[in-house]
Amino acid sequence: MHKGTTSRVGFKGQAVHVDIEPERYELAAAPVYRFDVDRRQFFKVLGAGVVVLLFVEAAIAQESGGGSARSGRGGSRPTELGAWLHIGEDETISVFTGKTEVGQNIRTSLAQAVAEELSAALDRIELVMADTDRTPYDLGTFGSRTTPDMALHLRRTAAAAREALLDLAAERFHVDRAQLTAIDGKVISRDRKQEMTFGQLTRGQQLVRTVTDDVPLKPAADWKVAGTSAPKVRGADFVTGRHRYTSDMKREGMLHGRVLRPSAWEATLGALDVTAAEAMTGVTVVRDGNFIGVAAADPLLAARALDAIHVEWIPNPQISNDDLFEHLRKHARGAPDANEGERQTRDILLKQSYTIAYIAHAPLEPRAAVAEWQEKKLTVWTGTQRPFGVRSELAQAFGISEADVRVIVPDTGSGYGGKHTGEAAIEAARLARAAKKPVKLVWTREEEFAWAYFRPAGIVDIESAVRRDGTITRWHLHNYNSGTAGIRCPYEVSDVRTEFHRSASPLRQGSYRALASVANFFAREVHIDELAAKLKMDPLAFRLRNLEEPRLRAVLEAAANAFGWKREKLGPNRGFGIACGMEKGGFLATCAEVLADRDSGSVQVTRIVAAFECGAVVNPEHLKNQIAGCVAQGLGGALFEAIEFQNGKVMNGRFSDYRVPRFSDVPKMDVVLVDRKDLPSAGAGETPIAGIAPAISNAIFAASGIRLRSLPLVPDGLKVQEA
Amino acid sequence: MPRVTELHVNGSPVKLDADGERTLLSVLRDDLDLTGTKYGCGEAQCGACTVLLDGIATRSCIVNLGSVGKRKITTIEGLGKKGALHPLQAAFLKCDALQCGYCTSGMIMSAFALLQRKPDPSDAEIVRAMNGNICRCAVYRRILCAIREGAQAMKEAK
Repeated sequence: MHKGTTSRVGFKGQAVHVDIEPERYELAAAPVYRFDVDRRQFFKVLGAGVVVLLFVEAAIAQESGGGSARSGRGGSRPTELGAWLHIGEDETISVFTGKTEVGQNIRTSLAQAVAEELSAALDRIELVMADTDRTPYDLGTFGSRTTPDMALHLRRTAAAAREALLDLAAERFHVDRAQLTAIDGKVISRDRKQEMTFGQLTRGQQLVRTVTDDVPLKPAADWKVAGTSAPKVRGADFVTGRHRYTSDMKREGMLHGRVLRPSAWEATLGALDVTAAEAMTGVTVVRDGNFIGVAAADPLLAARALDAIHVEWIPNPQISNDDLFEHLRKHARGAPDANEGERQTRDILLKQSYTIAYIAHAPLEPRAAVAEWQEKKLTVWTGTQRPFGVRSELAQAFGISEADVRVIVPDTGSGYGGKHTGEAAIEAARLARAAKKPVKLVWTREEEFAWAYFRPAGIVDIESAVRRDGTITRWHLHNYNSGTAGIRCPYEVSDVRTEFHRSASPLRQGSYRALASVANFFAREVHIDELAAKLKMDPLAFRLRNLEEPRLRAVLEAAANAFGWKREKLGPNRGFGIACGMEKGGFLATCAEVLADRDSGSVQVTRIVAAFECGAVVNPEHLKNQIAGCVAQGLGGALFEAIEFQNGKVMNGRFSDYRVPRFSDVPKMDVVLVDRKDLPSAGAGETPIAGIAPAISNAIFAASGIRLRSLPLVPDGLKVQEA
Repeated sequence: MPRVTELHVNGSPVKLDADGERTLLSVLRDDLDLTGTKYGCGEAQCGACTVLLDGIATRSCIVNLGSVGKRKITTIEGLGKKGALHPLQAAFLKCDALQCGYCTSGMIMSAFALLQRKPDPSDAEIVRAMNGNICRCAVYRRILCAIREGAQAMKEAK
């Protein structure tokens, strides 16, 4: 396990710590559950068959920064159900997990993991995901944890199911267990004289097994289903428009809801008159504390009802993005004393500051919820990455028990870390309760830009020292506001200090893909490049000189080789840049080639190579997709994305004003996978985004001599030309 | 605006009763339950709402129901014959050209319209034609591959 791993969810007997990074401002610490299992319930709901239960150590969530740990009862370690699996007489294998599918294709990779261990056909595996009534508790789908944790849980569960089936067959066949193999959904005796399908074996059974720690798993080198590029499960539903996202759902008698938003952040209500809206036929108006909303039979009527509300807001003056970084510094906690004396050194010193703007997640499906009350029970369909967290939010908002709340997450139109909280769910439920009918509430794109949380802005100050022979001797990094992910220095330096300082953010902020890794990798890898430039050393050679971690060296070399990294000066205005880092069990190196013309000011990214290693690869094509997606999405934050705000309003809160990467922005790209079948699988949904900004900044410097230390790098535009 | 009581959708006339000021997007999704066409921005910037009006790719989020008239509407649900995928849809699956899938309907409809006009487009022409469609999961290169594959398959089918 590489140094820097901060969280593991283990099995009985293993210690568990889940550190929540401070930049996950939107999360509350999750409570610990003790799950009392009524085994008979499974068969009532699922039918006869074999059920395998996996218990895991309950995740003990600690708020970083000194919050108190919320522990379970008494002295015993609390456990909870992590996963369960049911094999039915009809040959279907149902797997239950609290994880959510938001486009990262875990519905496919988790099914592969199960199919592999169970030795069943992939199309027999049915994943039931993210339904708080049917699936086990899960902290949330974030942090790139699904592959290292849930895939492992499901592998163990499936392996235990396989063992149970072999036991059943041994009894039935009156054969020694060693004579039996599970293959392709059947158990076959070695002499091939006896065989039975899984379904046949489970007939009439109500067998429950609990997974033990020592259940044998197939080594990755032997994988036949996992490790292959299996196509996206249910893919046909998406290309035909059949799949129902939350915003596509229909319930009997359903109304459409809208919320009245304040004129600006922190504005307070002055005057309110809803009589005109209330007088409209078929409109329900709700005013409850600081919540004002309407529900109506169609979206146009709801919009008209909203317009009919007379409201005056009292603004609260706030800063604009021109003042942002000064503001973040001014309100920083624990910042180092500017006059702190540094130890004398004959080494070369470098002190630089780097800044990072707020950006928006802008998921293409805006947040949405469909809420329905049936007497006391509330059911909400919503696209969130934290169904159980949203269930808590709903229970709290309405003062009801969590047992009376059900949250279901249909496969969702992306999140990127932006859909952790339950605003839309609460809004829809509040309207539904008043209207006494189901309510669908879909945020408009403008609401998405204005009322969701942003990726934190930040400042990173780095002070370093390097010897003439290329050895880095000092590395002091201070991050203001953006966070701790990726803050650790991967290079071998004796005098290292990395600190995070909270500040006062004028904008609502929270998790975004890769968290502060983007900011910290950017600052670090540009600074490393600046040191190399001071020494007139090749940036790749300089990094390798100061790097011992073999897995990081391996991806650096893989990227450089695939890219054709050269030290020599290239043609006019042409430059190569490189960056690397490790986070969350993933090792990344990114190379970029740009054309940057000092005179015209134009910058074109012509080529990217990203090399990534995350242990044993479960689905190579999907992994490449995630990496390529990270790079292309990351181009936006690297080059031109930034939230502009003034006095409590977003000034560029629509796609016509806020530029996101499009077809024409994507350069020629190669993804190199380093597949380590000998190492446990880590997640890959985030870390690959963090290398693109520094690689491009470094390439721009190589091409033009201009050093860019702020994200976004070139907000005035990017042109791409195929190399 | 007067109410609209009939539309021509996916090859058939359809009865409805809606305010002419409604957007075509909303009526397709909320009244006719054709939810394959998606809302992404409401200002014709993202392409998720793309349908065909008389074969021309159109952003339904900015089209008033009342302005549609007798024009033939084709949505994603109207592509492909019953039970069988259109070659373009099959190409998207083959090239794994989707992740969360939310942009996919709009991508396929825009690509279909392009391939009707230009059965053999160059990469540059594809990029230019598709640049109005946003994919936030940034699967762009796979989508290009799918459109090339789909173009090939459509030519062979003729």
